[in-house]
Amino acid sequence: MMVENLSPPLLEARQVAKHFGGVKALRDVSLSIRQGEVYGLIGPNGAGKTTLFNCLTGLYVPDGGSFIFAGSPLAADAPHEAAARGIARTFQNIRLFGNMTALENVMVGRHLRTRAGVFGAIFRDPKTRAEEAAIQRRAEELLHYVGIADRAWDLANNLSYGDQRRLEIARALATEPKLLCLDEPAAGMNATETAELRRLIEGIRQDGTTVLLIEHDVKLVMGLCDRVAVLDYGEKICEDVPAAVQRDQRVIEAYLGGGHLA
Amino acid sequence: METFLQQIINGLVQGSIYALVALGYTMVYGIMGLINFAHGEVVMIGTLVAITVIGGLMAAGVPAVVAGGTGVLAAVVVCMAIGWWLERVAYRPLRHAPRLTPLITAIGMSIVLQNVAMIVWGRNYRTFPSLIRSESFEVAGASFTTVQVMIVSVSTLMMAGLLLLIYRTKLGMAMRATAQNPQVASLMGVNIDRVIAAAFVVGSALGAVAGVMVGSYYEIAHYQMGSMLGLKAFTAAVLGGIGNIAGAVAGGVLLGIIEALGAGYIGDLTHGFLGSHYQDIFAFIVLIGVLMFRPSGLFGEKTGDRA
Repeated sequence: MMVENLSPPLLEARQVAKHFGGVKALRDVSLSIRQGEVYGLIGPNGAGKTTLFNCLTGLYVPDGGSFIFAGSPLAADAPHEAAARGIARTFQNIRLFGNMTALENVMVGRHLRTRAGVFGAIFRDPKTRAEEAAIQRRAEELLHYVGIADRAWDLANNLSYGDQRRLEIARALATEPKLLCLDEPAAGMNATETAELRRLIEGIRQDGTTVLLIEHDVKLVMGLCDRVAVLDYGEKICEDVPAAVQRDQRVIEAYLGGGHLA
Repeated sequence: METFLQQIINGLVQGSIYALVALGYTMVYGIMGLINFAHGEVVMIGTLVAITVIGGLMAAGVPAVVAGGTGVLAAVVVCMAIGWWLERVAYRPLRHAPRLTPLITAIGMSIVLQNVAMIVWGRNYRTFPSLIRSESFEVAGASFTTVQVMIVSVSTLMMAGLLLLIYRTKLGMAMRATAQNPQVASLMGVNIDRVIAAAFVVGSALGAVAGVMVGSYYEIAHYQMGSMLGLKAFTAAVLGGIGNIAGAVAGGVLLGIIEALGAGYIGDLTHGFLGSHYQDIFAFIVLIGVLMFRPSGLFGEKTGDRA
């Protein structure tokens, strides 16, 4: 544990607040995610987990607080800037480009890390063509990495549910993120698929990408995460290693509802 | 039968011009759900720029081919700039406004462009300098000219190029991704502002080429020519299913043929009561018909709500 504490934070949330009308979705949430760890974010439905993701990726503008990412503040008022800084995400409700092939979905993710623009698109100079070939190769590699290389030419809409979730991960990885945010990646998966997903996330961590994971599958979270934060009614009520979180009285109350009934 | 074949040829020529203009409408609509009613005016400016440049160069003794090429290039560059400017000044600030607001702005912009053109080029009809000696060919009793052949082949090339752009390039992929879900595309690092600007710029370039074609076909241009042409092309886009690239092409060609056949037979059908100058009514009969019976157009799919 002592060694782990020394690695610098990749992402720091400082008292991030967000409200929708009278509903306080996030109340001064602070947390710090270290380089190279898998950080779990759990909590009952409506606790503010996805809201935090949306603030982090520039979809929402927080009403208070700030994010420090890789040493400098995240001025994410446009999602593509958050992506450029190295934050990629998947979605709780899958949002692929349904009418494009699996391969094309991943290729869109490469957009950021390549240069060709309008000029190249129209005049098709050799550099542009070489770059586009490289985009496709990398996309194929990523499909292979998540294990759906054989579905490359299928429309995203026609993939099975589990494959769509993997495709979302491949597409996010294509942006070469420093921080990969997964929003309930195991939702709706069966036991075999979840086990494969776990291996995939472990591999991603080993390759050096930090992972922020929202998940309801307690077994997956506890087995995979280095540290876990628990949100309840927009507030962080606990942050610790999985074993300690499982014993925490406030967490147990939050999940059983006891704390709010009393 | 001769009338029929002749009108099919005329319709094909007119239709390929409609198709090029319709692509400009449909690209912008597909990506941001906006009908850019000022697009017809962009085409009109393309025609007038070409007339000025080609006329000037030819008066200075530049060979027709060079003058023509420079004229087309100038029209394309000017129209691309106008398309970019329109998006930047008129539509981008209204990106999150209610849908009716940018629509009214579009009508406003088309009035602005018309008046600018009137100030620059005057109220009179301008003649398009004749670049090539147009020869006539005859096949099975129907005749067609070199200019007609050129119009159809250039538009075919442009459309093929556009398809390649959209389905084979990085920019095209970003365009399709943005059309499907701008928010997610943005999260994947696509700069939405640039993709939308590119749609305007590419659409305007196609419009400029169409403008030069209209000019060289009718050999006449006027600051108000854009509104009728724009409406027809819009009709073509709606007929094919607005937002759909292939639909715009099919809709354009189909509308051109319907109009030409209508013009060819309207005299016989009404026993001489209406003449071929009533051909414009066919486009609007088509528009009303499509909107009443198949609002999603021939190739259009039902569009769901977007995030």
